[in-house]
Amino acid sequence: MRKSRRVSQIIVYAILILGSVFCLLPLFWLVRSSMMSSMQIFEMPPKWIPSPFRFQNYTEALTTIDFLRFFRNTLTITASCLIGALISSSLGAYSYARLDWPGKKFFFGLLLASMMLPGAVTLIPTFIGWRLADLINTYVPLILPVWFGSAFDIFLLRQFYAGIPRDLDEAAYVDGAGPWTIFWRIIIPLSKPPLIVIGLFSFMNSWNDFMGPLVYLNEESKFTLALGLQMFQSLHSAQWHLLMAASTVVILPVIIVFFIGQRYFIEGITLTGMKG
Amino acid sequence: MLHKRRIAVAGILFALPSIFGIMLFVILPMLTSLLLSFTDYRIVNTPKFIGFTNYKRLFDGTDPYFYNSLWVTFKYVILRVPLGLIVSFIAAFLLNMEFIRGKSVFRTIFYLPAIVPAVASSMIWIWLFSPDLGLFNSFLEALNLPTLNWLYSENTVVPSIVIMSLWGMGSTIIIFLAGLQGVPRSLYEAAIVDGAGAVRKFRHITIPMMTPIIFFNLIMGSIGAFQVFTEALIMTQGGPNNASLFYNYYIYRQAFQFGEMGQASAIAWILFIIILIVTAIFFRTSKTWVFYESEV
Repeated sequence: MRKSRRVSQIIVYAILILGSVFCLLPLFWLVRSSMMSSMQIFEMPPKWIPSPFRFQNYTEALTTIDFLRFFRNTLTITASCLIGALISSSLGAYSYARLDWPGKKFFFGLLLASMMLPGAVTLIPTFIGWRLADLINTYVPLILPVWFGSAFDIFLLRQFYAGIPRDLDEAAYVDGAGPWTIFWRIIIPLSKPPLIVIGLFSFMNSWNDFMGPLVYLNEESKFTLALGLQMFQSLHSAQWHLLMAASTVVILPVIIVFFIGQRYFIEGITLTGMKG
Repeated sequence: MLHKRRIAVAGILFALPSIFGIMLFVILPMLTSLLLSFTDYRIVNTPKFIGFTNYKRLFDGTDPYFYNSLWVTFKYVILRVPLGLIVSFIAAFLLNMEFIRGKSVFRTIFYLPAIVPAVASSMIWIWLFSPDLGLFNSFLEALNLPTLNWLYSENTVVPSIVIMSLWGMGSTIIIFLAGLQGVPRSLYEAAIVDGAGAVRKFRHITIPMMTPIIFFNLIMGSIGAFQVFTEALIMTQGGPNNASLFYNYYIYRQAFQFGEMGQASAIAWILFIIILIVTAIFFRTSKTWVFYESEV
């Protein structure tokens, strides 16, 4: 009995470790390839560790195309979206969670239903609209919609706000406070963790977005990192070592942000799944 | 009374951005694209009403890529959704076992790939899949197995992209894990008292208690899988021989490379209707297999 339990424990660990290898190996392979010479990368059988480490791949990759500019562009878009997402979704979520007004249920239902709608259905008219407004090749189509709040963010925050005891509001109303005071003085200070979650997801969304920039930006000087990376691939497809270095640079900020906010990420995902 | 009115006014004001947003960026475009789907509209000309011609052209095969992309996408969904659910459920279940140490380390490792930008992960996987120099073929060679052409063969391109997508299953695993942690321990304890073994506990407690979450992941996973796009654009451009011309990529190509906005709107609406039907079927069947605790 004891022995068979020991065996099954070892099997479980073995499967988990195998899964971890599957998750980490591609990332390891990326970093390993990014530091090899163009000769060594083609060696068969493949080497696991680069020798020597060629860090100059990074400077070479970053100077081949204007990565610094792409980085700045991406940062501009990401930061603008982040601020907008935080403001509009916390306002909306507060209203849907704690204020009563006619039509609230209807609009909240609409909001939830919109999450099921495939993006392709709205993409074409939205594109035509921005084109008529003469805003193609600007960041407005990438940023402005976020300022109207995303369904996902509002839903996530609303779940949290709904859990804050209502007595707090009632007491504040008795003291003569209005909804705005309650929002600003009670709700916001209590909701730092979910706001961090939304901030992280918003950062991720804009940083990783590919379809948006692909459709709306057509001048190289306005490109984001995601687009720049794709351009790099089409221009230097045979230079794997440089492509891998460039990819690593695009991934690195996301990984850093992830490790800083790890706890909140897991919390946020958990919340979405559980309330589904 | 006055108080109530004040709250209602504030409520509407606070929700105004989101109401505007949904009108401007969801409802209006949705209706517009439905209208456009009945027009001949090539970005340069003014839209001309042509009835069901766009739809007819798709269904009668005048546009040879429609059925092709439908088939390719269904193949992807049918492989990816069940496989993704099974793999991530097993991962979460094993991670949740009591004796496992370093849970948070494993959890981080399993989630890590999910945060990698799709463009970058596509670059990594093209490289891993490379027929001459890729890691996977070197493995196969080392094991004396025949090598594969992965993304470069019509037969293996979709399964290859499925394998890649399994790499990014992190959030599904986390959701399952959270669900498993919510199963009351008292149920298992009662089962042990009744003499149930591991298999019976799994079948009669874990699975039924997890059905709402399996259902959630099934719906979200299917909606997501129908919309696979970036991987195809970067890794294969729909090739070889349109074997990875996924539906969303087909829409993108029609609209933004060929400028056929009317036709592309019709294609997009068909996707919407397919997703509605599939979700409706899932909801219908859910009554027979999804177990909600509150109903007991």
